[in-house]
Order: sequence, then structure tokens, then C-alpha cells
Amino acid sequence: MTAFLIIFIAALFAISVWQISKIVNLGKSPEHDVEAAEVANDSDNKRQGQMMLVFVIAMYIMMIACFVGYQDYFLPDAASAHGADYDNLLLLTTVVIMVVQVLTQGLLHFFSYKYHGRKGQKALFYADNDRLEFIWTAIPVVVLAGLILWGLFSWNDIMDANTDDDPLIVEVYAYQFGWKVRYSGADNTLGDANVRFIEGQNVIGIDPTDKDGMDDKVGSELHLPVNRPVIFKFRSQDVLHSAYMPHFRAQMNVVPGMVTQFKFTPSVTSEDYKSTEFMTEKVRKINEIRRQKSKELVAEGDVALDPYEFEYYLLCNKICGASHYNMQMKIVVESEEDYNEWLETQQTFEKTLANAEN
Amino acid sequence: MAQSIAVTADQGHDEEHHHHKQTFVTKYIFSTDHKMIAKQYLITGLIMGAIGIAMSVLMRLQLANPGEPNMVFEALLGKWAPDGVMDPNMYLALVTIHGTIMVFFVLTAGLSGTFSNFLIPLQIGARDMASGFMNMVSYWLFFLSAAIMIGSLFVELGPAAAGWTIYPPLSALPEAMGGSGLGMTLWLVSMAIFIASSLLGSLNYIVTVINLRTKGMSMTRLPLTIWAFFVTAIIGVVSFPVLFAAALLLIMDRSFGTSFFLSDIYIKGEVLAHQGGSPVLFEHLFWFLGHPEVYIVLLPALGITSEIIATNSRKPIFGYRAMIASILAIAFLSTIVWGHHMFVSGMNPFLGSVFTFTTLLIAIPSAVKSFNYITTLWKGNLQMNPGMLFSIGLVSTFITGGLTGIILGDSTLDINVHDTYFVVAHFHLVMGISALYGLFAGVYHWFPKMFNRMMNKNLGYVHFWLTAIGAYGVFFPMHFVGMAGLPRRYYTNTNFPYFDDLADTNKLITYFAVATAFAQLFFVYNFVKSIFFGKKAPANPWKSNTLEWTTGDTHIHGNWAGPIPTVYRWPYDYSKVNEEGEYVIAGQDYAPQHIPMQDGEEEMNH
Repeated sequence: MTAFLIIFIAALFAISVWQISKIVNLGKSPEHDVEAAEVANDSDNKRQGQMMLVFVIAMYIMMIACFVGYQDYFLPDAASAHGADYDNLLLLTTVVIMVVQVLTQGLLHFFSYKYHGRKGQKALFYADNDRLEFIWTAIPVVVLAGLILWGLFSWNDIMDANTDDDPLIVEVYAYQFGWKVRYSGADNTLGDANVRFIEGQNVIGIDPTDKDGMDDKVGSELHLPVNRPVIFKFRSQDVLHSAYMPHFRAQMNVVPGMVTQFKFTPSVTSEDYKSTEFMTEKVRKINEIRRQKSKELVAEGDVALDPYEFEYYLLCNKICGASHYNMQMKIVVESEEDYNEWLETQQTFEKTLANAEN
Repeated sequence: MAQSIAVTADQGHDEEHHHHKQTFVTKYIFSTDHKMIAKQYLITGLIMGAIGIAMSVLMRLQLANPGEPNMVFEALLGKWAPDGVMDPNMYLALVTIHGTIMVFFVLTAGLSGTFSNFLIPLQIGARDMASGFMNMVSYWLFFLSAAIMIGSLFVELGPAAAGWTIYPPLSALPEAMGGSGLGMTLWLVSMAIFIASSLLGSLNYIVTVINLRTKGMSMTRLPLTIWAFFVTAIIGVVSFPVLFAAALLLIMDRSFGTSFFLSDIYIKGEVLAHQGGSPVLFEHLFWFLGHPEVYIVLLPALGITSEIIATNSRKPIFGYRAMIASILAIAFLSTIVWGHHMFVSGMNPFLGSVFTFTTLLIAIPSAVKSFNYITTLWKGNLQMNPGMLFSIGLVSTFITGGLTGIILGDSTLDINVHDTYFVVAHFHLVMGISALYGLFAGVYHWFPKMFNRMMNKNLGYVHFWLTAIGAYGVFFPMHFVGMAGLPRRYYTNTNFPYFDDLADTNKLITYFAVATAFAQLFFVYNFVKSIFFGKKAPANPWKSNTLEWTTGDTHIHGNWAGPIPTVYRWPYDYSKVNEEGEYVIAGQDYAPQHIPMQDGEEEMNH
């Protein structure tokens, strides 16, 4: 695809150079009056008009090429309950804007071609038309109203972090340059926390006097049971970060000095997500690229790259310092049983404190 | 009749009392002549632009071959590229300073500063700005701030690197990153001076437009350029002081231990004393300027395009009043949409709903403007001068970039594309490239007026087509990279194997970026050469209606050697015909503003 694009652009470039050289030659013809030498004449108008037409056709081809060639860039189906709604809205919006894009760009460039200046051609003195103005104010109003309404309903649903459906409460904690997770334990209530409590093993500042915090568990991998709503509480110890979980269509900034939140229900386990047709194909492609790269690396005496296996990830999406580009955490979505089993292996805060004292 | 545009070159040498004897210093350096100040702005802006674009090329080189040594880095970045490998801190510094320079120094000062200064007095029929002295101070403050910003590149721990949005605490704590030390202090000082400069300029523009219009120049006879500059100045006066306040508070937090934006911070093994502040407050203050800033950048470009498209289409701009209404609507709405940069900042989700609503509202006047441009071309007699090509290009990129705004402005959809390359593609097209096209269009169109010489049109065509192809080549594929969820401001994407298949596209984008950057050399060559060796410009090369083309071809402080022309009509009487179907002025398809109504001519449609 890329090669095709490059060739295509090179061809376009060649055409423009060829056309330009023609113009330059024309410019050298002797009968031009000196006064208007650098003002577009009829042949300039014609040629530039034609270029406009070529340009818009090339643009259409480029748009199609991008949508076809880059279709596997789009994120796969969402792995969260609200994600399907998100994806539908995105699809609809994309269709609407692409239709408008094709029409308006077509008209703009076609008019530029069709009405290119000719000596003796009379432009139409057409200064105003209230009906037209009304029509193209009204159409965007209606279309946008539809999109806004859908968007606002979804937004209210997504942002409504109520606790009616017994959600799991999990804290995601950010620091330069990594993430920690805190599970709220059997009481499903997070203990109070503040950076002022950070000391020794208490790395994320849980209040050691708060009973709710005693059964909290701190880890550095995010495990979630499938199909259970989760409320994430975000906290940062130093600067702004943003917890971005693209496959769940979820993102929230992590702000020092306040707790932000986001709620969603993971709906596909890691295992199922990995084995979708889309993901197997994508991972195969990526591993092909990595093998090629490894060959070069080994030839230069470097270490080969590991083969890639897909795992959900959470990444930092707000500029936060030098290693911003490598601030990630693995997310595992698994069955309730597996999740509980894993959670058992994690240490409670009470235990951590006790160990620290020994 | 063909000569009717030249008000006079000879009639009235006795009125040359405006033309003082000038020394080199008062003419070229500390000049109070708006035309000279405009040129100073333009040239300073272009130099800053060259630096800003060069920085983007460095970033693209890094993204194409992340972490690999590059001779260019070694040569230009010195200690920031040991063995030619770019330091991650330097990458963030480039991101930051590229953004700052392009938004403020090129597209605010370079675009609005140049053309507001140049065109306001000339097009409204005034001898100069209301205060020539304030105008001069405005430029020199701008120059000072530019010098400080460039100077900050050379400090020990590096320039500001917290992004052009300088969100605290990252920007407030030297412990968080090297660039937040002296580099950030200089950034804040530079911006504070810049804001002072911008305010002096804006106040001057507003007062000039309100008070110094010539006889007959009612507000509804103003060219759309002036409307755009006028409204831009108003937005600037409303919103820049808020950024000034934010910068001041940030300076307090940094240097005097206050806690406006900081709270509960543990860094480098220590808890800081700051308590009770909120970084989200800073985001509100910043974007209260930051969003209107987008329109401060864009509206002048749209004004310039309106004028150039009408002139070169030989048609009145379609829907003159609708255009003014759109400018006003955009200006008003621009001050109440800032929250769409903050949907996932942790602010109350209800506010997100409100900002989604206002944001999508602003799409409506924008759509109206685009449709009006297209209709203006319809049944025109299009003169494809380079300025016209760039204007058409602007409408094209404005549409492409504007449409993706519908995705980003929708709080729901923003969740997953926020801060990805989708955003980068969107705003570069809609405000970066579009405004640059506006700048280029303006330069090609008014160069004859500025320097009394013509730019070479063929070089202009080459410049346009290479830039047009390159701009789409860079930014269209970038949307798809963003759709993959690739975050912006990443030094390298290699730590996420999931992004490995994007690497080729990133390379492609880099090729386009480098080619497009080099294509600008056609412009530089053309610009510099034409200043000295260009063909002598006729008085009114584009056969335009507005007043600036009536001054004759001598440049004097005071603009018109004789009396200031009186205005009898709006500026868009192109191809106007009388009842017999003949042009109202026989033999020419335009009727300049200073020509009285002809017999049997109706003042219509505006």
C-alpha cells in the first residue's frame, strides 16, 4: 500500500513538474506585455484549473487508498459494554463527514476547473441568496443536532459512575513513569490515601490508620473479571497523566490532588480477544515485521526482538516527562474464577505493613 | 476609464506634510509607519516559521527512525544528541517550542500582525494606525519575546518541554523535568511580553477600525479582511489577558511557593508543601485563551481568503452579510467552547455535555463560510494567481480539517481519540495548514503593494502544488495512525509492539514532511529575489476594488499623497452590470470603492 502511495505521489509530482516546465516555456514567449507579466493569463488559468481537477481526483484516490490500505489500523471491536455504542457513533459520524468531504471538495475543485478565467468571459454578479443561506445553515443544524443528541445520550451513560450494579472498585495510581493498581479487597471500599503517607513499603500512600485500607491489595498488573462493571478511581502522585485504554474505549486524566473516575464493563476476556480473526491477523503481520527487523538487528550484532503476543494495555496519554513514551501497564481480562484465584495470590496492605515492621 | 482607479500620483504635492525626512533608523528600524511595521512583522514571522518548520522536520526524522543516530541531530542538537541519538527530553522540547513558535510567533504575530498592520489603514482609508508609536512598541515587544524564546533554546537544562499547553505540575516543577527550570521561566517571560505586544496591537486595530474609516466607509462597506482583523483583535483582547493571568499564577507557584495549581505532590522522594491547588484550573484558564487562539489564527486567514477569492473570481463574495454574521458567531462561540479540550480532564461530565453542544454549534457558521466560498467560485471568471490557489487550498484544508472536528468535538467520541495523532492531524489541517495558506495567499496577493514589485508566478505555482500535495500527504494518513490509538508526544512507539505496523506509515509521513519543508525554499527564493529584482508592479495588478490599490506606487508615510479617497460603494462590485447588461464602468469588470455610483446603477444586495 505504502509503495503504491509513493508511486502514485511520484507520478503526481512528475506531472506537476512537467506542467510547470510547460508553463515556464510559455512564460518565455515574447508577445507578453510587460505590465501583466506576473499576473495569471488565460493559459495559466486553464492549466491551473486542470491541475485543480487532477488534484481532487488524486485526493479521492488517496482517500480510498487510505481507507482500504489502513483499514486494519482502526481499533478492533470494543472490548467493553459501552464500546459498541461508541463504535457505531464513530462509524456514523465518519460516514457523514466523508460524504460531506467528497461532495464539498468535489464542488470546490470542479468549480475551480470549470470556471477558470477566459478572456471575455463574464462572471455572474451573484451576491446573495437568503434561501440558499438558509438551506445550508439548516442542513448542518439538523445533521449536527442528530449527532449531538446521540453523542450526549452516550456520554451521559458512559460518564454515569453509579454504584447500583455492584461495581468493582479499583484504583489506578500513576507516577513518573509507571502505574500501580489498588484493589479494594473484600469490603470493596478503598482506604483513604494521600501522598503524605508514602513511606517505605507503603508506596502509594495508603492511610495506615484507616480500617478500610487494611484489606486493599496493591499490584502492578491490572486484572479484571469479565462482564462485571468496574469503577476506576484515578490518582497521581506527581504530574498529570492520562490513563488510556484504547481497546475499551476508555480514557481519563489522572490529576494530582484529586480523584478522577471512569466506569466501564469489560466484555471480552484477553483470551477471546487474542483469538479473534482480526487480532490473529494483526499479530501475525506485526510478528512478520518484527522478524524482518530482528534479522537486521542480529546482523548488526544486536539482540533480536521478542515475538509479540497481544495483551490489553493501559498507556499514558498526557505528556508527563522524559519517559512518557514508555509508561504502560498490562491489563488482563479473565473469568471471575481466574480473577479471584489471581487476587488470592496478592498481598493485603495489612500484611505489607506487618512485613515492614518485622 | 481604465485609469479611474489611480486616485492620483501627481495631484497634490503640496499636501506632503505627512512625509517627514527620515533617517535609516526611523525608516527601517524604529519606524512608526504601519507599512514598515507590517513588513517587520512579516519577516520576523517568516524567520520564526523557518525555525518552527525545521523543528518539525527534526521530530519527523526521529519518528521515522526512532532512537537511531542521525547526522542532522548531531549537527544541530549538539549535546542533546549524544552520538547522534536524540535525547527524549529534546524531543519533548522540540514538540513544545515548535507548537509555541508556530501558534504564537508565526500564525498570530506573523499572520495577524503583518496583515492587520498593513491592510487596516490602507483598506479603511486612514493615513496610519491610531497610534503609530504604540504600534512600534508592539512590534519591538514581539521582537523581544521572540528573541527570549529563541534564547531559551540554549539554556543548560534545555528549553521548556511540557508541551505548548504547559500544564502544571509538569511545567511547575524542575524536579519533574529539566525543561521546567530556567527554560520554562524564559518561556513564561517571553509569553508575558508577547501578550503585552499582542494587546497593544489589538487595541490599536480596534480603535483604528472604529475611528479612522474614511468618509463613506460604513461598517457594511468594509472589506471582509478588515472585519476579520477587527473581530480577531476583539477576541485577542478578551482572551489573552486570561493567559497572562494563568502565566502569572504559574510563575507564583514556581517561584513564590503559592499553590494555585499544585496539590498533594510527591516527587523525587519528597512531599511538596503545596496543598489545595488544581491543575484543572490551569487547564480552564489556558484553554480560555487557547481555544479563541485557534480563531485568532484562523479568522485573519479566512478574511484574507474572502478578499482574494472575490477579487480573483471577479465576483462579489457570496453572502457578504452572512460572512460577517459567521465571523461574529464564530468569535462569540469561540469564547465558550474551551472545555472541549478537557472532556477527559476530570471536570464534571455535565460540563462536557455543555461544551459538546457549543462546540458543534460553532461548526454551523464554519459550514456557512465554506459553502459561501464555494458559491463564490460558481460561475466566476477565476484568475488563477498564486494567491488564489492558496485561497482555494485553504478552503480545502479548512473543510477536511474542520470535518474531523465533529468527531473530536463530540465528548463521547473524544474519549478514545483524545491526545492521539488524530488530534494532531485535525488541528494541523484546520488551523496550521489553513492559516499558513492564508499567510501565503496574503503574501502573494499583497506583495506588489508591500514592495512595489511582483513575485514570480511560476515559482508560486510550484510552491503551491508541492505544498498542497505534501500537506495532504503528511496529514491525511496521520488520521489513520491516530485511529489506531497512537498517542501524540511519544518519543518513540517501539515500546508498544502493537504499533509496529504503523512504522511504515510514519516513515511515509516523514518523507512528505521533509519534501514539503524543502518546497518552502521555492517561496523563500521567490520572496527574497522579488524584493530586489522582481518585475515592477503596476498600481493595481489584480484589478481589485479596495482602497489600498489607489495609493499610486510611491510608498509614503501617510499612504495617499493627495487627499484620502472617499468611499461610495462596497468593495465587491466585481462584474456588476447595469440594466443593459454592460459592466457599470464600460470596459472594466470592476468598480473600485472610491468610484461614485454610475448613472442608472443600483446599490444592491448588501
